[in-house]
Amino acid sequence: MDTTASAIYKRPNVAGYADVSYEEKARLFDEVKADIRYNDYLYGCYECGICVAACPSAKFYDFSPRRIAQAAAREDVELIYQQMQEDIWECSQCFSCLRCPRGNNPGGVITIMREVALNNGLASAKEALGGYSRIIYKIMSTGTQVSPDMLQRDAFPDWGPETGDVSDNLDLWRRALPSETLHTTSTGWDVAESTLVELYLIWLNTGALNMISEIDRGLHSILQEIMEERLEDEGIEV
Amino acid sequence: MATIPIEALKSKKASFTRDPERYHDFQQDLEELGAAGEIVIQRMDHDTVEVPTRYGRTKRIQKAHLWHHKSCGQCGHIPGYSTSIFWVMRKLGYDYNDPRDQTSCTAWNYYASATSNAAAQAAVAVRNFAAAHETGYFPLIHCGTSYGHYKEVRHELIAHPELRADVRKVMAKLGKQLVLPEEIIHYSEWFYALRDEIAAHQVRDLSNIAVTVHPACHYYKLVEGDAIYDPDVYGGQRTAVVTGLAEALGAEVRDYSTWFDCCGFGFRHILVQRDFTRSFATLRKIERMKEEADPDVVLTHDTGCVTTLDKSQFAAQAHDRNVGVAVLSEAQFAALAMGAHPYKVCQLHWHSANYKPMLEKMGIDHEAAWAEFQEELKRLERGEKKYLEWEDMD
Repeated sequence: MDTTASAIYKRPNVAGYADVSYEEKARLFDEVKADIRYNDYLYGCYECGICVAACPSAKFYDFSPRRIAQAAAREDVELIYQQMQEDIWECSQCFSCLRCPRGNNPGGVITIMREVALNNGLASAKEALGGYSRIIYKIMSTGTQVSPDMLQRDAFPDWGPETGDVSDNLDLWRRALPSETLHTTSTGWDVAESTLVELYLIWLNTGALNMISEIDRGLHSILQEIMEERLEDEGIEV
Repeated sequence: MATIPIEALKSKKASFTRDPERYHDFQQDLEELGAAGEIVIQRMDHDTVEVPTRYGRTKRIQKAHLWHHKSCGQCGHIPGYSTSIFWVMRKLGYDYNDPRDQTSCTAWNYYASATSNAAAQAAVAVRNFAAAHETGYFPLIHCGTSYGHYKEVRHELIAHPELRADVRKVMAKLGKQLVLPEEIIHYSEWFYALRDEIAAHQVRDLSNIAVTVHPACHYYKLVEGDAIYDPDVYGGQRTAVVTGLAEALGAEVRDYSTWFDCCGFGFRHILVQRDFTRSFATLRKIERMKEEADPDVVLTHDTGCVTTLDKSQFAAQAHDRNVGVAVLSEAQFAALAMGAHPYKVCQLHWHSANYKPMLEKMGIDHEAAWAEFQEELKRLERGEKKYLEWEDMD
């Protein structure tokens, strides 16, 4: 059995993502640590594994919230980079790992690592969000994340024939709802136009919209155009 | 598969001592920020019910005049969840505001894709809180993730002056102030607080209905000190919402070993990696419940949990797995107890797992009920009305 280091660790040409310099990895980790929430999320690690026992993703993936906390606590720049390219998108973000007796929040650290991966256009972010564009479009442009018209047979074949029944009867069934705000089919509820304008101002003024420019330029352009057009109609200078 | 000896484990934790020192008093921080003019606090100004929380702080729940912060997943895919909340509130005679000036908390997307940041998430939360404040109605949060996320946002705004400054600048562009409510309240807390009033309006006997409860992660794991824990429910070892209501309605609550496990929703997984979601939901939750408790219905109190546990069973059934149990929110369960129509109010035809055996045990003729609903739909198709209204529900 080959036990040399090159046999144990993934080489860049088989890892599925580009290797970068140590300095670049350190810069990415510095971005993680610079987040205002980081110090609230990490206090060290007892290495007890309680977070792993509570973690749903650890049961089905080669994933461990303990390794995330340990790598961050030890400032293991190489491992942090590997985790940002391989591990972080497996997390379920349920925050069961908050059971940590040390008060760590590995799920929170992962949230920050995902943001940094996204802002820097890492391969893992592009891959993880490859099939996710329509959801980002929906939430950013309409203010509600999922809509009744998403329930299509082709999109959710594993959810049973009821999904098709909903799709076939969508308009009629929505009109049968007694709440006046729920007669919509393309949004969860009827969001006021003025509310959307305010939401667009939030996305534009906090840099949230720009976060997707590195992973999906087309989607970014579409959303930017929608938002700027709406704001211009309202006489708001962008 | 060997199961965990629940009774033996529980007996080791027979007593529950509360430690208020473990919980930082955010309300004092809010008052200080309010006094300094940094934030505007929306206060409860109607009758309230006091409930116990995990570390002993008493939480107040306003009964009426509530601003319903709706859930995109409930409204979009499980609309009977939302309509049941409204219907129960109307039946008890409490007024409310169902706003159009509301966005999603956007946290489902944030936990799924990270395409946002702390400032944007806080600004979305504060915008909604400011919108509620403008109406004078106090916010009631329908979604467990919104509730958990907003508690995190509150913590971050209190802890970080630079974040407050960023959000205040954004709010100024919107012509709004930095508003936070004195309490962040989940709808399941309202149902728990009002459980005796709800039971007093009960018209259907549920004593032969066995339920299992899935407590929602984002309700009690995020900022856990705000969640309701009652020494009389599970000895104070688990959150009391849902279970407290089910017991007040006379249902039999049965235990199972994997109650702490999440449902498998995963935020991004339920949308683009459902093999994980289906596997976790069926292997770790539904099958464990079926084997250990054999319930008539699984009750839970969050958008993602109802979706995951309900929708994941179809594929597993095709593989002859031990699944096949109704999944409802406790709001729908309470509405049924109070006599709500299973289709017009509870909208059970949007659900996938078979709920009909449960309805039959409740004494509900679901075929007749479906025929009644079809008649209402025909009225819409004939153009007699454009929409069904609340007056059509009874």
